[in-house]
Amino acid sequence: MKLGIVVNEGPYTHEASDTAYNFAVAALEKGHEIFRIFFYHDGVNNATRLMVPPQDDRHIQQKWSELAEKHNLDLVVCIAAAQRRGILDENEMKRQGKDAENLAPGFRISGLGQLIEAGIQCDRLVIFGD
Amino acid sequence: MSEGVKKFLYVNRKAPHGTIYALEALEVVLIGAAFEQDVSLAFLDDGVFQLVKGWDTTELGSKNFQPTYTALGDYDISKVFVERESLEERGLTEADLLELTYEDEDDDWAEKSSIRVVSREEMAEIMAENDVILSF
Repeated sequence: MKLGIVVNEGPYTHEASDTAYNFAVAALEKGHEIFRIFFYHDGVNNATRLMVPPQDDRHIQQKWSELAEKHNLDLVVCIAAAQRRGILDENEMKRQGKDAENLAPGFRISGLGQLIEAGIQCDRLVIFGD
Repeated sequence: MSEGVKKFLYVNRKAPHGTIYALEALEVVLIGAAFEQDVSLAFLDDGVFQLVKGWDTTELGSKNFQPTYTALGDYDISKVFVERESLEERGLTEADLLELTYEDEDDDWAEKSSIRVVSREEMAEIMAENDVILSF
């Protein structure tokens, strides 16, 4: 089955991102295809490479980045939601005149059309949020 | 779009203020309108407060985005389902809601109401009929 996954909550405060991650791993193990994982609302905060959780806790951003690399996943961060919350790639850093970028490896910033496209293309769009 | 048209349902469950879900849900709806899918909106639970007319966000210091709802008809969104039980549980009636209209191309562009108050049971059927449900 072709799956789209939407992550609507940030890391640590809510379990939604962990659950979405576990769902993605389980789906891949079962042989399903993941068309795209879209990060929206506070979900965009999963994509900051600057998070520094305690060493005895999971590193949510690294887990997503590693999963993306291993399975060549398309992790898309909504640009409008990201700008509100200070998640920028190098291109946006320059465009907005900021002095830093913080988008983690494996993620890319794009528009909400990518979410709608996932809804159109996928057999199932699975939402993780509150 | 080789897959053809899908039925998209945007489910709004949260109050308009207090969290950003309502505002960011509208942003998805407006972008999604460009994809020429079969779009419906559902309002239930505290989401019905999004449609209660007469917002004043001055004291909140946040943007009053209520006019965006009345513009939905211009985006060819003509199906807005509001759950009756959610209204009643909050002491609201359809008279408290915004007037949302669209122009019916099959009826000489007559202006018609987009809002349909439906029962909880009907809302469940509407959800079952849709292909893609985006819940906010």
